[in-house]
Amino acid sequence: MPTLTYRDALNQALREEMQRDPNVFLMGEEVGVYQGAYKVSRGLLEEFGPERVVDTPIAELGFTGIGVGAAMGGLRPVVEFMTWNFALLALDQIVNSAAKMLYMSGGQIPMPIVFRGPSGAALQLASQHSQAWESWLAHIPGLKVVAPATPADAKGLLKSAIRDNNPVIVLEGEMLYNLKGEVPDGEHIVPIGRAEVKREGTDVTLVCHSKTLVVAQKAADQLAEQDVSAEVLDLRSLRPLDEAAILESVRKTNRAVVVEEGWPHVGIGAQLVDLIQREAFDDLDAPVQRVTQADVPMPYNKHLERAAKASPEKVVAAARRVLYLDPSPQP
Amino acid sequence: MTATARSPKDTAQSELHLKMLRQMLLIRRFEEKAAEAYALGKIGGFCHLYIGQEAVGVGALAALREDDYVICSYREHGQALVKGISANAVMAELFGKATGCSKGKGGSMHLFDAKRGFMGGHAIVGGHIPLAAGLAFASKYKGSDQVCVCFFGEAAVNIGAFHETLNMASVWKLPVIFLCENNRYGMGTAFERVAAVTDIVEHACSYDRAAELVDGMNVLTVYDATRRAVERARKQSHPTLLEVRTYRFMGHSMSDPLHGVYRTKDEVEEQKARDPITHLAGKLKEEGIIDQQGLDALDAEVLAEVEASVKFADESPDPDPDELYTDVLAD
Repeated sequence: MPTLTYRDALNQALREEMQRDPNVFLMGEEVGVYQGAYKVSRGLLEEFGPERVVDTPIAELGFTGIGVGAAMGGLRPVVEFMTWNFALLALDQIVNSAAKMLYMSGGQIPMPIVFRGPSGAALQLASQHSQAWESWLAHIPGLKVVAPATPADAKGLLKSAIRDNNPVIVLEGEMLYNLKGEVPDGEHIVPIGRAEVKREGTDVTLVCHSKTLVVAQKAADQLAEQDVSAEVLDLRSLRPLDEAAILESVRKTNRAVVVEEGWPHVGIGAQLVDLIQREAFDDLDAPVQRVTQADVPMPYNKHLERAAKASPEKVVAAARRVLYLDPSPQP
Repeated sequence: MTATARSPKDTAQSELHLKMLRQMLLIRRFEEKAAEAYALGKIGGFCHLYIGQEAVGVGALAALREDDYVICSYREHGQALVKGISANAVMAELFGKATGCSKGKGGSMHLFDAKRGFMGGHAIVGGHIPLAAGLAFASKYKGSDQVCVCFFGEAAVNIGAFHETLNMASVWKLPVIFLCENNRYGMGTAFERVAAVTDIVEHACSYDRAAELVDGMNVLTVYDATRRAVERARKQSHPTLLEVRTYRFMGHSMSDPLHGVYRTKDEVEEQKARDPITHLAGKLKEEGIIDQQGLDALDAEVLAEVEASVKFADESPDPDPDELYTDVLAD
């Protein structure tokens, strides 16, 4: 199987879907002549021309709305945001137009559109460029939200997103674009709404997605050295959520730590804890622990930034807490 | 053939003018009945009436082909009726019934009929302006010559989406007509109190496009101006900005009194003297195309149609409770 970067896996998905369906087109800032701010769209302008690889002005609200309108007119737009931080300017179109069009039209107007781009913190980009928007987007009925962590999942989920007849949010990991992995050639589809156990274990479940898969895998390695067998469950989709897979794993290990890049208050992890306590209360041997970004805007200084982010060490500490391996802190 | 016989061209024109008169009367009677039904609690939520502005929707839509797109703000009962949605289906939607044009899920502000190219009422001010450009984008992309007319109020001109969209529509040469219905007040705020440039047509200069200032109380003027704009869009794929000056005789919505504190009774009365229906009826009488008896008969005919729609809406069933969860996502 060929080895590709996460970036090239996304590129392959875009290219194959544009070859397959002439109604698929890409629009966004710097997607054409510049070849993509993160080079995800490299070579597409040359292959498909400016009608299908559309460079936009810096006007997120406007071009996102034009994408939504094009979907109303029967096309299958892929709207790229240079980062999801800039997509906040377009939220009116994502939430008020795309997510509700089918419902408020009484089922008349489907919305086959993809909104994609990098999300979450990279390195030292400071407060406005280091944010994870999962919980905002996954809150909205009418949207689907996926967050692939590996090159193979990036390709398979983007292909599914483009073929879906609903608005699909694809959250790409800015720090994952250079990650390499095996990616099947050609028709490789990962269904939306299906989690995957990336590492089997018996003592504790580490629930993660996107970049936190890397964090969880490192934590699992460290835990293994401490004779703790951690299962790593990659959600891949945040809406719909693969509730069955989460519950199956927790029922096996009886303990869970949920890891996310976002802030703790009303985060994705809060939803997971709600699910687990409601559906698997009797299977739990300890309260579920959460590892998140610190509840602060992201600082620039690299030591402060490291302290703010979810890390393998924090996950190991949380896993040890749910396993009661450390004495409780004195009150 | 007698000396007084009309040429076929004259006959076609008379028929068109009579059709426009009927459509304006239908809207007027429909809106009056909607106001009554609102007062009786049959219609809920917000309800924005089109009384006074009928010439704009009727004149503009007369210039369109059946397969052209129309997209509107939340003051869209009139355009929906003229685009061919039956009074029954519109009134039933206002009543929230299963037989409504959006199955009772949209209401007054979200009338839809995709088959007729009526792409909705949208209720975030200015939010549908990029959607219009997107529909035009899809039309051009597919090589169709359908055009899109976008109706919005003057208050939407202060929104970023308006400016972003005008820019992109010009850069990409999209077949779209931006039709601003300037009724002078955004809710209770006079336009000159919140706009640096009060002649909206002037904005066209910033975006290098055709524009026209149009008397919106004269249906024939609106028709002619829109015809020119449609021709430009269909033949040359050039967008146009039309500023159509009109006036609403009623409050902003049913919860707003007739003239409120933001405009005087005298001003409203002065404008009512320019009633677009009286104006066209007078002209057609002068030309001998209709007499008072004919006018009364026409009025009685549309009134009967509207009364039947109220009966239809009243007797229609509410949506099935299961409809709550349908149309959230497409298959």
